[in-house]
Amino acid sequence: MSTTESSSVSRRDFLAGLSAGSLVLMAKASSAGLTVTGATPETVESFDPDLFVSIESDGTVNIVAHRSEMGTGIRTSLPRVVADELEADWDRVVIQQAIGDKRLGDQNTDGSNSIRFFFKRMRVAGATARTMLEQTAAEKWGVSASECRGRNHEVVHTKSNRKIGYGDLVADARELDVPKPGTLKLKPASEWKYIGKDVPVADMDDILTGKAVYGIDSRMENQLFAVLARPPVVGGSVKSVNADKALAVPGVVAVEQIPRFKGAPSFQPLGGVAVCANSTWAAIQGREALEVDWDLGPNADYDSEKFAEQLGATVSQPGTPVRKQGDVGSALKAGARTHSADYFVPHLSHAPMETPCAVADVKTDSTGKVTSCVINAATQNPQAVQQAVGPALGMKNEDVIVNVTLLGAGFGRKSKPDYCVEAAVLSRALKRPVHVTWTREDDIRHDYFHTISRIHVEAAVGEDGLPTAWLQRVSYPTIMSLFNPRAGSPASFEQEMGASDLPYDIPNVQIETGPAASHVRIGWLRSVCHIQQNFAVCSFADELAVLAGADSYQYLMNLLGDDRELDMKALKLSNRGASTDDYPYDIGRLKNVTRRVAEISGWKEKRDLPKGRGLGIACCRAFLGYTGHVVEVEVSPEGEVSIPNVWVVLDAGVIVSPDRVKAQVEGAAIMATSQARYGEITFTNGVANQDNFDTYRMAKMADAPLNIHVELLKSDAAPAGVGETTVPSFAPALCNAIYAATGKRIRNLPLNRHDLTPE
Amino acid sequence: MNTITVNGRQHSVEGVPEDTPLLWVLRDHLGMTGTKYGCGVSECGACTVHLDGESVQSCVTALSEVGEGNVTTIEGLSEDGTHPVQKAWKEHNVPQCGYCQVGQMMMASAMLKKNQNPSDSEIDEEMWNICRCGTYNRIRAAIKTAATEMRNK
Ligand code: FES
Ligand code: FES
Repeated sequence: MSTTESSSVSRRDFLAGLSAGSLVLMAKASSAGLTVTGATPETVESFDPDLFVSIESDGTVNIVAHRSEMGTGIRTSLPRVVADELEADWDRVVIQQAIGDKRLGDQNTDGSNSIRFFFKRMRVAGATARTMLEQTAAEKWGVSASECRGRNHEVVHTKSNRKIGYGDLVADARELDVPKPGTLKLKPASEWKYIGKDVPVADMDDILTGKAVYGIDSRMENQLFAVLARPPVVGGSVKSVNADKALAVPGVVAVEQIPRFKGAPSFQPLGGVAVCANSTWAAIQGREALEVDWDLGPNADYDSEKFAEQLGATVSQPGTPVRKQGDVGSALKAGARTHSADYFVPHLSHAPMETPCAVADVKTDSTGKVTSCVINAATQNPQAVQQAVGPALGMKNEDVIVNVTLLGAGFGRKSKPDYCVEAAVLSRALKRPVHVTWTREDDIRHDYFHTISRIHVEAAVGEDGLPTAWLQRVSYPTIMSLFNPRAGSPASFEQEMGASDLPYDIPNVQIETGPAASHVRIGWLRSVCHIQQNFAVCSFADELAVLAGADSYQYLMNLLGDDRELDMKALKLSNRGASTDDYPYDIGRLKNVTRRVAEISGWKEKRDLPKGRGLGIACCRAFLGYTGHVVEVEVSPEGEVSIPNVWVVLDAGVIVSPDRVKAQVEGAAIMATSQARYGEITFTNGVANQDNFDTYRMAKMADAPLNIHVELLKSDAAPAGVGETTVPSFAPALCNAIYAATGKRIRNLPLNRHDLTPE
Repeated sequence: MNTITVNGRQHSVEGVPEDTPLLWVLRDHLGMTGTKYGCGVSECGACTVHLDGESVQSCVTALSEVGEGNVTTIEGLSEDGTHPVQKAWKEHNVPQCGYCQVGQMMMASAMLKKNQNPSDSEIDEEMWNICRCGTYNRIRAAIKTAATEMRNK
């Protein structure tokens, strides 16, 4: 198996099937929908049965990867599904990274959706090709197609054991009609040979030798390197700029102003002043030398500490009910005992290891009208790049050619293409390719931040210690404010990530939201509102267990109640748009991962650890997958926390690449460790107070969990999310463990704000 | 300065200001993009290279400090990707996005040159690189595998 880089593939190539490499696809939309024609470059005879797959006469199988590779292995995993169904030899597969093109379907590599959305589609692509090859061989041999089976890059006539290689069938296969998906026979799971089996990712050798090309590495001939001075406060703008000193810096070529977004921030640039130079360093030096007078705009008094207090006041008052079951008010009054707690999670920044970067080449005619635009970007969503750049340049979205490089991680940041628009408008202005690099300071200071939140939970408990009523109020600035400045309270898709989808079996439940205005760009960060909402819910469950004097695990299982499915319709839950037939909210599965994680962690035996050591447990359903976490902590007499062990059990349905899933589960624990220990962006006068890894700290090897034990449950359920699924329950499990070890209940993150000396 | 030595070869750096960090000289002037930018302030280790065999952070190493020294980057760590560290990284499937891994491998290979039997706490001490994808546990395992190979050579 080998790969080609997207940067060598232009849109014209994509359309005409004439790429310098061997991308041989052509599709045209007809009234019947998407149909595929076998357009073939003269030099290469190929068979193109599906948008995602083509086979050349030498037997090379080209498979299109249309999702972005940011560390999940998706660029390998989806083509593996095609290859499995096609019965292709993996060593003869070439992976082609797609440009942005909506005919390929959703390309937004975000929301833990890739396998869920495209598992079937990839199987259909592979099965289409295989079926046509089988049919071609059958006609050649004059036998029934039902006696012919694609097997390991050949069609075999099962009766006579005659064989013919895929490449030798290409010329004739091209003449056949493409079968309808409904008529295809997909391989049964028992015959899968790649799905569920591990293989090194396609880019492994390039990564290990420094040849892998990320957005920051992408180069166009004659390009300039740009960095931008952006308004320190969102919504600010340039009053005046003196570029003399910047232009005097050796290597600086040009200084160019770019306008701010109009209306809501959306995915358009923050605006500011770009310094373009012959190296990134010269551009950075030039930016230092700029003299800019800013109009700070309407958010210049944003103070996140004060704002957090306001949120606290908001959740102390009744809010807008978004889920109502029974009568919480009466039950709270009637309860034998009540308990309440407020939780806080601050703003967070994505800080992907590679900062946002893109290079653009925009061509204009003599009137200044844009005639073409090619962008190479580390983007999670090339179609969003088209949609943002098209209007900014006054061209049709589909004419914007977006090549997708590898991403040095994304976590949601790189699904927002403001940096691509910056590169495009600069290239138009300077009539040269321009490469925009965000410095780490830019990245942390000007992020689409994770929101800031307060959550109030209140419960009444009965004689048995279990809650009879659960009231939960959430308040945080909404992501929707990115698009609509008036959006001023949590949106339903946000509530549904750990608030309105409360899984516990409690007769009286009320979930309320409270208003919160946005003063910075709010974006989605890996696992999104699950971060704060599951922190609150899973911590509060543990508080109730302590109150009841019960074992935390046993209590949690009782709280989850009988095996059943949540009535998503009655609860008005969208289930992320997934059908409840394929993806029910299955409490049995949630209990199962919880039970299993208790088993593998030795919960029972370790329950009574000495002071200074403790176990914590939490579970959740997120992105349609189920996770149970047990975290073990050791807290020194000085209050230093170490994490010797983490156990995670994940049920994500069918898993295509187990080792890559395992890696993401490990990574989620480490990312959540960073966030729980240190994660905090604060604002004073609208300006972020953190701007690099010295002030926005990350867990390193020394303070990350020492051992992470992962178990993936075998399942034939429909594939669920993975990347974000195992983030949410880590932080509450960690804090529950800290409580067990120290008697200190952490309700406000991050941990480094607290003295954790055991009581 | 007119030339620097990278991976055993002389490269012209004529006209490059002497205060330019080696990172950007490598990436932008010499077109060797294997060495990565992560923070620019010696906090993440993504830009780690070897200068005369010792690990240094190229983002805070000015061109003038390189002088006559021999710089080794990922492109020169081995001819064909078979340094024990590279092999161990592959064996343990260490990379996720891969972006930090160049710096991780350069840091690890410099450490292993000096200490072919590092303890967990020595690894913790030396390997202060940031990996946002969270590959630390596999890096630790891969270092031990590479160390074993290097000891047995
Ligand atoms: S880029 Fe040099 S240490 Fe981070
Ligand atoms: S592998 Fe992505 S940052 Fe380390």
